[in-house]
Amino acid sequence: MRDIWTALGTAEFARIVGLSLTISLSATVVAAIVGLPSGAALAICRFPGRRLLILLANAFLGLPPVVVGLALYLMLSRSGPLGALALLFTPTAMVIAQALLATPIVTALTHRAIEESWQEYGGALRVDGATRSRSIRMLLAIARRSVLTAVLAGFGRTISEVGAVLIVGGNIAGYTRIMTTAIVLKTSEGELGLALGLGFVLIGVSIIVSAGAFVLWER
Amino acid sequence: MKLRKLFPALFVAFLAHTAVAAEQPVPQSIILASTTSVENSGLLAHILPVFTKETGITVHVLAQGTGQALQTAASDDADLVLVHDPEAEQTFIAAGDGIDRRQIAWNDFVVVGPRSDPAHIAGTHDAVAALKMIADARAPFVSRGDKSGTDALEHRLWRVVGIDPARSGGGSWYRDIGGGMGAALNTAQAMNAYTISDRGTWLSFGNKGNLDVLVEDDPRLLNRYDVILLNPARHPVPKQALAARFAQWLVSPEGQAAIGAYKVRGEQLFHPSAAAPM
Repeated sequence: MRDIWTALGTAEFARIVGLSLTISLSATVVAAIVGLPSGAALAICRFPGRRLLILLANAFLGLPPVVVGLALYLMLSRSGPLGALALLFTPTAMVIAQALLATPIVTALTHRAIEESWQEYGGALRVDGATRSRSIRMLLAIARRSVLTAVLAGFGRTISEVGAVLIVGGNIAGYTRIMTTAIVLKTSEGELGLALGLGFVLIGVSIIVSAGAFVLWER
Repeated sequence: MKLRKLFPALFVAFLAHTAVAAEQPVPQSIILASTTSVENSGLLAHILPVFTKETGITVHVLAQGTGQALQTAASDDADLVLVHDPEAEQTFIAAGDGIDRRQIAWNDFVVVGPRSDPAHIAGTHDAVAALKMIADARAPFVSRGDKSGTDALEHRLWRVVGIDPARSGGGSWYRDIGGGMGAALNTAQAMNAYTISDRGTWLSFGNKGNLDVLVEDDPRLLNRYDVILLNPARHPVPKQALAARFAQWLVSPEGQAAIGAYKVRGEQLFHPSAAAPM
C-alpha cells in the first residue's frame, strides 16, 4: 500500500496526469469548436443530406476507438498518406484521435438540444429577423445547460479512452504515456494495486473537471 | 456575464500551455521499437537515462513484441529495433529492411506453472519433454499468440515436440490469449496454467500468486537480444545517425556495463554479450 502512495507522489506520475488532462481537454476543445456549431446548424438549417449527417452523427456515438486508432495509424504512418507530417507516436496524434471520437458526441447531443429550443424560440427569432449565425449563437446560449452536458460527454469519452491513444501514441514513457495507457501497462506488469490506484485518480480527475465546468457555467 | 470574458482568456492560456507541452521533446530524439520483455522488466528505464545524460539524445521506447516492432520499423515508424527472435530478424534483414545486427545481451526463458503442477514437470531441465507432458496431461497452457519473440520460441518448441497445440488443445487446454508477456502471466496465474516467460519479465512481475519456475536451464531456452539498424537504402530515416550512435553505445563498454548493472531483488536480469555473442 505504501508503494502505491509513493508511486502516486512522484514527478513522473504528476506528468502523466498533466498530459492526460492536456490531451483530453485539447481534444474536447476541438470537438466543441467543430461540434457545437455543426450540431446547431443541423437543427435549424435545411439542406440536402442533412438527415444523413444527423444519422451519421448519431451512429458515430458508438465509433469504436480501436478502429479510429488503427485508421489514423495507417494515415499517419511514415509510409501512409500523411507520413510527411511525422505525427505518429506524438501527443498531437492522440489529440486528433480523441477529437475524432468526441466530435460526433458533441454534435449529436447539441443537435438534439438545439432542435428543442428552436421549436420553442425559432418563431420569435424569425420574427426578429435574426440571421442564421445569430440564431445559432442565441440558441446555444439559451440551451447552455444541455450544451454543457454535450461537451462534458465528449470530455468523458476522451479522458476514459484507451484503445485509440495506445495505437497512435505508443505509450512512450515520459512522452505519450497517459493515465489510461499507464493503467494498461501497470496491469500487464502485475502491479494490480498500483493500476487500481491510478484508476481511482483518473475517476477523481474526471469528477473534478466536470464539477469545475458546472460551477463555471452556472455562475 | 463573467463567463463570456473569462472563457477566451482560459482558452488562450490553455492553447499556450499546449504549445509549450508540444515543443518540449523536440531536441534530438529517436524512436526505438522494442519488445515488452526489455521494457516491462525495467531494463530500458534503467539504462536510457545513462545514454541520454552522455549524449543528450532522448530515446522514446515503443514496447511492442518482436513481430510488431519489426513491422513498425519496416514502415519507417521507428528508427531502430531491439528484439529477440533470430528467425524473424533473419527475415527482416534478408528482405533488405535491416543492417548491422549486433547481439547486446542474453538471458533465458523459463517454463512457469502452478505449484500444484498437474503435469509433473517441476525440476526437469528439458523444455521439450515438459511441453509434451503438459499436452499429454491436457493441463491448461497459456500461449502469447502475438507473434512476439517469446511466442516464436514457444512455437519452435512445439514443432520439436511434434504437436500442433492449437489443433489438439485449442479452445480447451491450450489458451492462445493474443497478448503481452504480463497479460500471459496474469492469465496463467488466474487459470492455474503453465506458460513460457522470459526471465527478465518473470523476475520483475508483481502478481506471481501461486506461479513458480518449474523448468529452466535448457540450452534451447536461450534468449538473445539483438539491436538492428534500418537499411538506409530502403529506409531513408532522417535520424539514422542518432540511431547508429545509440546502437554503438549499447555494444560499447559503457552500455554493456549499464546493462550488466541492472538488478531486480539482487538478481541480474540481462547478461551483456556484445564482446562474445552466444
